[in-house]
Amino acid sequence: MLWSLYANVLVQGVLTGLVYGLMALGLSVIFGVVRVVNFAHGEFAVVGMYAAFVLFRSFGIDPFLSMLPIAAAFFVIGYGLQRTLINPFVSRPEHEQFILLVGLAIIMVNGTLMIFGPDARSANLPYSFDSWEIGAIIVDKVRVYAAIAALAVAALLFAFFRFTATGVAIRACADNLVGAAVVGLDVKKLYALTFGLGLACVGAAGALMVTLTDATPMIAPAFTLLAFTIVIIGGMGSMTGAIVGGLLIGIAEALASVLIAPSMKTMASFGLLVLVLALRPQGLLGRRA
Amino acid sequence: MNPFATLARLVDEAPRRALLLLAAFLAVLLVAPVVLDRYLLSVFFLIFWFATVGQAWNIMMGFCGQLSLGHALYVGLGGYIGALLWVKFGISPAIAIVPAILVAMAFGAVIGWLGFRFGIEGVYFALLTIAFAEVARIGFDNWSFVGGAAGFFIPVSAAASPVNLRGGPMLFYYVALAMMIIAFILCAALRRSRLGHAWLAVREDAEAARALGIDVFRAKMAAVVISAAMTAVAGVVYAFYQNNLFPSQTFDIARSIEMILAPIIGGLGTLFGPILGAFILTPLGQTLIALVEKIAGRAIPGVNLVFYGAALMVIIWFTPNGVWPWLKKKLGIPEGRE
Repeated sequence: MLWSLYANVLVQGVLTGLVYGLMALGLSVIFGVVRVVNFAHGEFAVVGMYAAFVLFRSFGIDPFLSMLPIAAAFFVIGYGLQRTLINPFVSRPEHEQFILLVGLAIIMVNGTLMIFGPDARSANLPYSFDSWEIGAIIVDKVRVYAAIAALAVAALLFAFFRFTATGVAIRACADNLVGAAVVGLDVKKLYALTFGLGLACVGAAGALMVTLTDATPMIAPAFTLLAFTIVIIGGMGSMTGAIVGGLLIGIAEALASVLIAPSMKTMASFGLLVLVLALRPQGLLGRRA
Repeated sequence: MNPFATLARLVDEAPRRALLLLAAFLAVLLVAPVVLDRYLLSVFFLIFWFATVGQAWNIMMGFCGQLSLGHALYVGLGGYIGALLWVKFGISPAIAIVPAILVAMAFGAVIGWLGFRFGIEGVYFALLTIAFAEVARIGFDNWSFVGGAAGFFIPVSAAASPVNLRGGPMLFYYVALAMMIIAFILCAALRRSRLGHAWLAVREDAEAARALGIDVFRAKMAAVVISAAMTAVAGVVYAFYQNNLFPSQTFDIARSIEMILAPIIGGLGTLFGPILGAFILTPLGQTLIALVEKIAGRAIPGVNLVFYGAALMVIIWFTPNGVWPWLKKKLGIPEGRE
C-alpha cells in the first residue's frame, strides 16, 4: 500500500524532526536573547554525541539517562563561555562574533577528530532495532523515546521562560535591552544563563542524536547548518518556530530520502530554505526586524 | 580603470622604502625555486594559492562587507570545468578558464540576486552561500558523468606542457605566483576605481551609500561576480595541481573556511592582508603538520586546523583588523595608504 509508506515516512520525519527542533531551539534561544549566532552549534551537538557515546560504552549509562548530566555540564560550559569569551563580543560587529565562533568550531571539530578519529561510531543500544507495529505503520522505539525526551526538554524550557521570574527577566532582555538594564536586571548574568540554557538544549539533543545516528566529527558543520536552516525557516529567535522548523525539516528530509534518494535529503532542506528566504525572509513565525 | 595606469600610479605614490622592500621580496620569490626542494615548492604554491583566493574573497567581505562562506563552490566549479574540458574534450585549461569564469560568475549572480534582491544580509547571506556550496557538493556527489563521490582524476602525463598546466612543482610555483601578483594588481585597481569606492561606502553604511546615489544592489552584485570569477581561475589551477577532485573535499565547508583565514588574519579589506596572512598561516600550519608527524610517528589529521582555529580567535580578540595595519605602522607607511 502506498499510503502506508507515506504514513511511515511521515511518522519517522516527525519523530526525528522533534530532536532536530530541540537542537535548533538552543540556537534560537541564544540568538533571540544574546543576539549572537552560535556558529559552533553543531560542534557542540557532536561533543554531546561523543559524551553520550563514551558514557554508554565505558559505563553503560543509557543515553536517555546520560542526557541529563550532559545537559547540566553543557549549561555550565555555556555559562562560562558567555562570561569569558563571548560577552566582550556582544557589542562587536557581527562578522567578528562570527569569526570568534568559527575559530571555536574549528578547534572543537578537529579536537574531536584528533581524539576519536574520523570513523563513525555507533552506540548500538540493546533496543536499537525494537519497534512497534500499529496497523501498517512501524515505529522504531528509540525514535519515539528520543522524540518524547526532546519534547519534554523543550516543554521544560518553555515553562521556564513562561513561569519563572528569571525566565521572564530573560525575555525582558530580549524584548528591550535598555529597559531591562534600567529596571536593574543583571544583563550579563542573564545572558550567561541564556547561553547556558541554549547549550544545555544542544547537549541534550546531541545525546538523543546518538541513539538515532552514528557519531562522527565531520557531521558537525552539517548540524550547524541544519540548526541554522531550521531557525531561519521557523523564524530567528522564535522558540515555537524552532520546533515547527525542526518538524518541517524532519518531514522534508524523510520524504526526500524515500521519494528521491537518501543522499538528496539535505537538498530538500536547502530547497525549503531558499524558498523561505525568498518568500518570507523573517521565517514562518518570525517578526520582521 | 586601467590596471597599468593604476600600477604606475601605485608605484609613484608608494613610499620609497616600502617599494624597495617589495621589489626585493618579489626578486627573492622569482629566483627562490633554484634552492627550493619539491616539498618547499609545494608549500609556496599553497601560500600563493591561498593569497589569491583570499584576495578574491576579500573583495566581497573586506571591500563590500558581504560575508561569503561558500567560496569553495567557485573553486570547485572552476576545477571541475577545467578538468572535464581537458580530460573529456582535450581542451586546454588556458582556454577552459573562460567557461570556468563564466559559470562561476553565473552562480555568483544567482546567489547574489537571491540574497541582495530580498534583503538577506549578514549571517543569513552567509548561510545562503554555504547552502549553495552544499547543494553543489551533493549534486556532484551524485553526478556519474563527473565521477560522482568516487572522484574525478586528471591523468598525469610524462611530457611537460605548461600551457596545459602539465608539469612539475616548479611550473605550479610560477603559475601560482603569477596568479597572486595579478590578483593583487587587479584588486589594487578595483579598489581605486569608482566601483571600489562604492564598495567601501556600501560596507560602511549601505543606507548612506544609497542616499549618495550609489546603486547598492549593483555594487554588491559586482563584488560577488568578480570575486567568483577570480576564485574560479584559482580553482582551475588547483585542480590541475592536485590532479584529482572529490566533491566531499572540493565543496567542503572546511575548504571555504580555510580560504577566508588568510585575509582575516592578514587584515580584512587591505590589499596586502591576504598575502601576509597566507605567508604567516600556511608555513606555520605545514610546519605543525610535519612536526606532529615527527613526534607522534604518524600524521594526525586536524592539528593544523586546530592551530588555525586558535589563530583566528586570538587575532579577532586582540587585533580584529588583522596583522597588516600593525605591520604597516612598523614599516612607516602613512595611514590611508597601502
